[in-house]
This record gives sequence, structure tokens and C-alpha cells, in this order.
Amino acid sequence: MTTLHAEQATNKLPHEPEKATLEGRNKILGFWLFLAGEAVLFGTLFATFLTLRNQVADGPSASELFSLPITAVATLILLVSSLTSVFSIQAMHRGNVKSLLTWLTVTVLLGLGFLGLEIYEFYEYVTHYGYGMTTSAFSSSFYTLVGFHGAHVIFGICWISLLIGQVARKGLTVVTAPKIYVSAMYWHFVDVVWVFVFTVVYLLGKVVG
Amino acid sequence: MDWLTTVDHKKIAILYLIAGGFFFGIGGIEALLIRVQLWKPMNTFVTAQQFNELITMHGTTMIFLGVMPIIFAIMNAVIPLQIGARDVAFPFLNSLGFWTFLFGGLLLNLSWFMGGAPDGGWTAYAPLSSTTYSTTHGVDFYTIGLQIAGLGTLIGGINFLATIITMRAPGMSFMRMPMFTWTTFVTSAMILFAFPAITVGLVLLSFDRILGANFFNVAGGGNPVLWQHIFWIFGHPEVYILILPAFGIISEVVSTFSRKRLFGYSSMVFATILIAFLGFMVWAHHMFTTGMGPVANALFAIATMLIAVPTGIKIFNWLFTMWGGQITFNTANLFAIGFIPTFVMGGVTGVMLGSAPADYQFHDTYFVVAHFHYVIVGGLVLGLFSGLHYWWPKMFGRVLNETLGKIEFWTFIIGFHLTFFLQHFLGLVGMQRRVFTYLPNQGFDLMNMLSTVGAFLMGVGVILFLVNVVITARKPVGVENDPWGDGRTLEWAIPSPPPEYNFKQLPLVRGIDAYWKEKMAGNKEMTPAEPVGSIHMPSPTIIPFVMSVGLFIAGLGFMFTTDDFGNSFLNFLFNNYIVVIIGLGITFGSMIVHSLYDDAGWHIEPEEIDGKGAEA
Repeated sequence: MTTLHAEQATNKLPHEPEKATLEGRNKILGFWLFLAGEAVLFGTLFATFLTLRNQVADGPSASELFSLPITAVATLILLVSSLTSVFSIQAMHRGNVKSLLTWLTVTVLLGLGFLGLEIYEFYEYVTHYGYGMTTSAFSSSFYTLVGFHGAHVIFGICWISLLIGQVARKGLTVVTAPKIYVSAMYWHFVDVVWVFVFTVVYLLGKVVG
Repeated sequence: MDWLTTVDHKKIAILYLIAGGFFFGIGGIEALLIRVQLWKPMNTFVTAQQFNELITMHGTTMIFLGVMPIIFAIMNAVIPLQIGARDVAFPFLNSLGFWTFLFGGLLLNLSWFMGGAPDGGWTAYAPLSSTTYSTTHGVDFYTIGLQIAGLGTLIGGINFLATIITMRAPGMSFMRMPMFTWTTFVTSAMILFAFPAITVGLVLLSFDRILGANFFNVAGGGNPVLWQHIFWIFGHPEVYILILPAFGIISEVVSTFSRKRLFGYSSMVFATILIAFLGFMVWAHHMFTTGMGPVANALFAIATMLIAVPTGIKIFNWLFTMWGGQITFNTANLFAIGFIPTFVMGGVTGVMLGSAPADYQFHDTYFVVAHFHYVIVGGLVLGLFSGLHYWWPKMFGRVLNETLGKIEFWTFIIGFHLTFFLQHFLGLVGMQRRVFTYLPNQGFDLMNMLSTVGAFLMGVGVILFLVNVVITARKPVGVENDPWGDGRTLEWAIPSPPPEYNFKQLPLVRGIDAYWKEKMAGNKEMTPAEPVGSIHMPSPTIIPFVMSVGLFIAGLGFMFTTDDFGNSFLNFLFNNYIVVIIGLGITFGSMIVHSLYDDAGWHIEPEEIDGKGAEA
């Protein structure tokens, strides 16, 4: 493998290195399919939430809990992180490894910022409102839906960090390029899901009630 | 060790076959125990609790751990060969899918030895499956075991989709794909869209049981009907996930042994896609008596009956394929021909159940039991036997014994109809399903006894198949490429069993039934589409096995988080999620290792190709 890497490092990479090999193309196709499955997964979670969102039992309701400024900031951070991950792919297509690494790092940092806000939010709900998993059907579906998204963010952060290390060590090759491309697809997907979370959970809860 | 690390689709197929066969055996024994309990009124062979566990585990095991993996075995053995590929798109994931299925299945069956099996029925309806009514850890084994096993199925589905999209041989357009490849393709798409729903359902149910969440707990605002919707939006497509591959097998077998092209190929493709689409639209016909109201009931009733149209197209196409053909009545074809009327009977009772007002009468009686066993056993299991007899020589290089095969077929099909034909009438005279016994002299006694006799006859049929396998295994390997002489598709163009790399040179496909077309043109083998060159192969790896072990440990840890073991060390380990963390650590650690060390694979050079002979 090392010889192969060395060869590719000396040769100029193709314009779209992620699609240069059959393995790379398979990976991208397979990942699109995986995302289709993930869409069904989140769809089911959203359906569950919509069914149970007014079933608050003795606990607090959405309008008592949510604070739109915090979630709006979180949304902004996450959307910007999608933009920076686009920049990283553009850098990859230019073959600029340094710029690629910088934009990936910025993406990870923004992801961490989002995650920090979410942890703060959950902490507030649990400590100030006594609003936990067991409070009501609304709380169970809220923590499950938003928590699943949060778990996806954590996974994405770990994944992209690992890739940063790999690219720094091995450089940009036809082996690493599809991985970066696929992780960017994943990150966009997680962002799109958040747009739905923001709309369905927070706006609907706070504004419509 | 070789078998733990293999990524070769042909070996993974054999692993699926062995593991699936093992669970099929367990599910069969559970079925026989159920039938022994019901063979006479007021029997005390098992208790009510044991009976609930038996019916739950019989259904769950058969569907998820028995027939699905055997379908996957046949797909793995055949699909890459039928499309002229050297392997699947993701050999690593293929192995991962097998091991997660196996460890999920083992976890589920561990429940028998760890305080009680699941007892809420295979549909695990809330609130029966809640901690209020199901007090053992049984349902936890169900949710977590199925979760891990389901992961394997999803991975397999994605793998087949990618394989069929990108790795077809030159010249094989979508409309030149063999019918079994088509049904695998559509089935995999259905898996992709149906399984994530049950993933969520199982998560919600385990959160309810283990973390005290309120999804299905009415006191906390939860809604048990939500479980039914989530379960059936997965569960109904699952029925078609099971039957479509059988349709594909029947199409291959009937056309091969009629020495004719499959009649109405393009309408078969269209019907397959239509069935898949409608399969997602009809889930609520399982819930007519839940109280959805007349409008919903009417819509779902009509949508359900629509499925009879594409299915009817298929049935007639099989009949027209046989019409005027030179039919060979060997075991594979007997199972295929036996399938057709049997499945039609299951379909007709399906239309009856699909009528909402009639369903109020049939609901939860043995009529329903008879219907779905006609479809799943009379459809799928006959299809699987047909496929196994048909492709056995390709997989193992030996033809199964024909005489024994025919005895096996007649024993099985007579036993089958004896068991389940009578159950229609048991249901019509009022025998309920899911009850562990019944009173004498209600008109149930004789039919139940005969039904039990039939079940044992089916058991004999399966044992005869195993005997056949053992006898055949003693014969030396050595059938030629095309032992039937009538093979039509690409898998028959290469040696049996195929060499590790499948095709020395990728074949050029010039029409439907590519191999048959070449034979008719007087060619002995396929025209190659590439020169002989070095062949890239993926390296074997133990990582999928280790990842699945990690999930197994994490699952076991998660379900015991709230238990008191009466031992401070064990309590510490489980109640603080330490076991869960260790298990997930193993899994994620293996993922990291896998991603850090790129697998460059290895090459078979042209001069070695002929030396690398058949194996397995």
C-alpha cells in the first residue's frame, strides 16, 4: 500500500479523485443508499414525535421549555459548518491539501460548538425543569429524536477528526479522497435533518404550540 | 479460522446457509412443540407461559433468523455469478452483515437460558410487551437481538443494491438481468426502506422497558397504536421481502426446466416493482380491527387487493412459460411447480382477509394462521427448497440425490397441506390463535390432531433433505459447469463450485439468458470482454467478527443495566453502563482500526489462475 500511496503522491491526482476508482464510486453510491435508509430512520422518529408532541402528561410543554435564540444560534452554526465542508471539498478538487485540512478542522470546531449548545440545553431542561426521559411521552420522543441527531453529530465529529489525521499522514490519494467526500455527504445530511428538527420540534413547539 | 475471516461471497453464502439452517431447525422444533401441545384438548404438555414463549420465538426465529438468512445464502451464492461479477461491491460489509446477524440471533436465543424467552407474540404488541405484562428479560432479548440482527440485513441489502448497480458484466443492461437478480435488487431496495422503521420501533420499545420512557405507556401520554403502525410499516413490506426472492427462484427454475425463455419477462420486472411499491402502501390492513374507522379501512382494503393484479401476472407468466415447454420433473422443478398452486391458495385467502368486513370475522382465528403459513411456508419455503436443489451443484459441485429429493418433496408437501389446509376450517369454526389449549367437543379435536400429524410429516421431509445433504457430501466433487444441461444464465458458464475469482475473464453479455444464447449460437463458453489479466482480490479480515462480538457484549450489558445481581462487583459493572461501554468500545475501536489500515488486497496473477482451483 505504501508504494501505491507514494506513486499517487508523485503523480498528479485526477480532478475528482473520489470517483477515480471503482471502490471510490461504489463507496459513494453505497453511502447514498445508506443515507436513504437514514432518511427513513429519521422519518420514523419525526412521525413518532409528531404523534406524541402534545402528550405532556404532568411535565412541561414545548412552549414552556424551548428558547428560540439558543436553537437559532445552534442552527446557524450547523448551517455554516455545511458551508465549510463544501469549501473543504472544493479544496480537495483543487488538490490543495493544506486548505482541505483547514476547512475540515473548522467544520469539526463548528460541530463541537453546536454540540456544546445542545448539551447546555439538555442540562438546563433536566436540572431546571426536571424534564427527563421519563417525564412524559413528549419528553421521551423529544430526547430520542434530538438525541439521535446529536449522536449523529458526535459520530460525524469523531469521523472527520480521524480523517484529518489520516490525510495529514498519508496525503490526498484516491483512497482517502472518497472517504472525505463521503463524510461530507454525511455531514450535509445531518445538517438537513437539523433543519427539520428546528422546524418540527422548536418552531412548531414554540410558535404554533 | 479461515471461515471467521473470509470475505469471499461464496463462503459467506455457506456460512449463511449453515447458520440459517440451524435457526430454521430451532424454529421447526418450536413449531412441533406447539403442535404437540395442541394435538388434543386440555393438554398440559407445556404451560400457558411456555406456550407464549414458544409461539413468539417460533415466529421471530423463522422470519428473522431462519428464512431471511437462507435467502441471503442463495443471493450471496448466486447474484455475483449471475451478473458476471468477481465479488460483491463491499466484501468487508458482506462479512460484517453475516456476523451481526449471527450474534444477534445467538443473543435472541440466549433468552431461553437466561430467565425466559420473549412472550409478547412475534409482533411484540404494546402493552403486552411492556414491563407491566412481560416481566422477564425476554422482550429485551427480542428488541436488542433483533436490532443487531437487523443491522446485518440492512448492510446486506445496501451491498446487493450497490453490487447490482455497478458490477454487472459488460453488455448486461437492467433489462437483460436474470429474474432472480431483479427480485434480489427490488428486495434489497425494500429492505433499505423498511428496516430503518423497525430499527426505530425496537429502540423505542427498549427505551420504554429499560430507560422508563413513555412511548407506549398510556399513563405517561404514550400510544400503543403507534407501535402497531411502526411495526407494520416495516412488517408488511417484510412479507414481500421474503416472497419476492422466492418469485425470482421460481422464475429461474421453471424456465430452465421447461427449456423456454421466461414468458413475459418485462411484465415480470414491472410486476415485481409494482408489488414492492404496493407492499409499502398496505400496512394498516393488519389493523382493521384496531379502530381506524371505515375510511382508512376501505382505502387499505382496496390497496391490499390491488396486489393481486401483479401477483396474478406472475402466476400466469409461469404457467405460460411451462405451456408447450419440454418440462423436466426433477426435485427442483417439483418444488417450483408445487409452489404455484400452493401460493395461489395463500393469495386467495389473502384477498379474503383483505376485505375489511370479512376480516372482523377472521381476525385472530386459525384462518389467519393458515393464510400466512400458506404464503410463507407454501410460498417461500417451497421456493427455498427449489432454489437449494437447483443451485446446490453450483455451490458444492455435487448434485443432490434425485430419488430422495422426490420423496422429500412429496412428504413435505403432503404434510404441509395436511397441517395448514385444515387450519382454514379450524379458524372458520371459531378456533382462536395464540391460545394454549381448547375445550373438547367444539369441533376442534380431530382437525387439530390431523394438523399435528401433518406438522410431523413436514419435519420428516426436512430431515430427509438433511439426509440427502449428508449422503451427497460423501460423493466426490466433480460435476461440470452446467450439470442440468439447460442452464440459461451466467453462473452455469463457470466451473462448479466456482474458483475464488469466479470469472477468469469478465463475460460479454449479448442478450437475456446470456449463456443459453451463446449455446444456441454454437459457442461452448461465453465470449470474454477483457484479456486475461491479474485479478484483484480483497484480503480476509477478522474485524467484522470482532465488531459483532462488541455489539453482542454491549447489547447484553444494556439490557441488564437496571438489574440487581446481589453482587456488588457485577452491579457496579452493569448499572454504570461499563459493560455497554466496553462492548461499544470494541466495536468502534475495530471500526477505527479498519479505517486506519487501508486494505490494498492482493492479486491473482495470470500464471496462477488455472492453479487456483475450486474450493469449499
